[in-house]
Amino acid sequence: MGVVSMIKHNAVEEALFEAYETSGAKTDASNAAITALKTNGLPTRRVEAWHYTDLRSMLKSVPTPAVRPDAAAMKAAADRYPAIVETARVAVVDGYADAELVGEQPSGVSVAISGESLVAQHTKENVVGLLANAFAKDCLDISIDAGSELDKPIGLAHIAREGSVLATNQQRVSIGAKATATVIERYVQLGSDHYQNSAVTELTIGDDADATYIIAQQTGEKATHLGQINITLGANAKLTLFILNAGGALVRQDVNIDVLGEGADFQLRGVNLVGDNQHIDVTMDLHHAVPHTTSEEIIRNVVTGNGKGVFQGKIRVAQVAQKTDAKMACNTLLLTDDGDFSTKPELEIFADDVACGHGATFTDLEPSYMFYLMSRGIPEKEARSLLIKGFVDEIVEDLDDEAIEEAIVGVIDEWLDAHV
Amino acid sequence: MLEIKNLHARIAEDGTEILRGVNLTVNPGEVSAIMGPNGSGKSTLSYVLAGREDYEVTEGDILFNGESVLEMDPAERAASGLFLAFQYPVEIPGVPTMTFLKTAMNAQRKHRGEDELPTPDFIKLVKEAAGKLHINMDMLKRPLNVGFSGGEKKRAEILQMALLNPHMCVLDETDSGLDIDALKIVSDGVNALRAESRGFLVITHYQRLLEHIVPDQVHVLYKGQIIKSGDKSLALDLEANGYADIIKEAA
Repeated sequence: MGVVSMIKHNAVEEALFEAYETSGAKTDASNAAITALKTNGLPTRRVEAWHYTDLRSMLKSVPTPAVRPDAAAMKAAADRYPAIVETARVAVVDGYADAELVGEQPSGVSVAISGESLVAQHTKENVVGLLANAFAKDCLDISIDAGSELDKPIGLAHIAREGSVLATNQQRVSIGAKATATVIERYVQLGSDHYQNSAVTELTIGDDADATYIIAQQTGEKATHLGQINITLGANAKLTLFILNAGGALVRQDVNIDVLGEGADFQLRGVNLVGDNQHIDVTMDLHHAVPHTTSEEIIRNVVTGNGKGVFQGKIRVAQVAQKTDAKMACNTLLLTDDGDFSTKPELEIFADDVACGHGATFTDLEPSYMFYLMSRGIPEKEARSLLIKGFVDEIVEDLDDEAIEEAIVGVIDEWLDAHV
Repeated sequence: MLEIKNLHARIAEDGTEILRGVNLTVNPGEVSAIMGPNGSGKSTLSYVLAGREDYEVTEGDILFNGESVLEMDPAERAASGLFLAFQYPVEIPGVPTMTFLKTAMNAQRKHRGEDELPTPDFIKLVKEAAGKLHINMDMLKRPLNVGFSGGEKKRAEILQMALLNPHMCVLDETDSGLDIDALKIVSDGVNALRAESRGFLVITHYQRLLEHIVPDQVHVLYKGQIIKSGDKSLALDLEANGYADIIKEAA
């Protein structure tokens, strides 16, 4: 191939490169991505951004790349999608999109399907973007016109069928200036096989737009979900990003935000439900690039069994970005001795007139709360469940939309009832 | 109804003995008051009755309707009809008050083998009981006790007591932090629950509360023991003369 491999690849890396050979049509972008992956190898704990998720040793095998299901099979899978709230739906099956699976959209919304790859940085950290580039099939292009006010959320329903496949999910979502919109991007798996996907989103929020973007990850107990969302915020734009991880065996979610317009506000709310044999890592890189912008991140984690969770939150404030107000909090409820959660806040501040803060807490359930609830006749198990739900539901309320809050709380309750 | 026999209890963590042989009986339909100086063990007694884990019973027994409750956890004691109105009700973020009330009422119904309360019936009951205590329904949409004023917290305790319909009510310094108007509302709430079949143990520092909730007996707790018992005139005595004479007499 003319490429000099700098490192010795392990069996999983070899399997990955072999999978690429069988993955159908190649493009310049996919070839370039696989070359970058070959050169760098999968990241180990020596790559700082992957310090708590040694992907090279944690990835145990690579499934076969998904082939495009026939139209009937795609429709059948889309019909089995367990919707949680009414949306203008766009269903994607095993990473493949189809015009037939694009539901009626509100006015001002256009949905196109292309075969192109989203642009990925060729760095050793960006393995999620490179994997998506290498195995890219379809890309959804969602465009919301300037000034639109959507009367219902757009639902990007990513469905994995039964079987062990490798899939890629790509979407480019552009929310025009002054538009008001909610988008729910959700990952569900119909079976429980070892399914692997790379899910990349490019989200642009125009000037003065007001957006809510939800990523709800509910893949099966053997799934590997590698997600990434890359966001730019325009002037006076507001975005609430809500990330719910309630599934998967090995999960990594990159969240990269560039706050590029003055007056912009970024809110992140994250709920990580980490059960037995799960590893869930959310890694954020937030860049305040201009003056007078605000951000707040609140992450709530529940860890049970021998679950392992990670939150890395980096906030960078450029020298020109005076008057930045950035706050970050990561609160973890560790319910077992075998559970484990690592949190790493990082502040890189080059401006001198800013308010930036971060905090992290680790607790078990507060005994005085337990006593109070039980003293009213609520049995121990129910009291625990009430407190755990309260701990995570509290930040769901920040979504400020009753139907969506109820839907998200429903997903959380279902997980907690099954795992706690 | 409630018989406390030679009850000894200590703080589990450091072994400090707080209750040193308490003997006390509350009969159905009666109100017994417990008074005593700070640090005499009044709040500890209420926590031990409710089954708080921070305390260990080392000797004696607590019989409720003839049955020992020592092996029961707090939820089982509550479900059998024992209720503690807290001196300092905790604020629990994220748990809506209505959800909590419904969970508690249904848990107790389930324990008694009754069906769950249908939601409309539940809301009707809460509205009625809340109205009597001048509690706004908006307050009950908030997380449990979060941001409630001192008076609102105490009224919320009495609301829970009214909804859970216990046989035996223990009120731990329910008057602390209440202004005159709130004290009246809370006392009226308690008096409305007085019944032939229900007993009350009212713990207080001040005679003031006992003007509103008139006791059948008054007991003085000092250093973990009841050192004097009498009728309601004992409370007036204490108010006028303090504890010093009684303590000297007991020593």
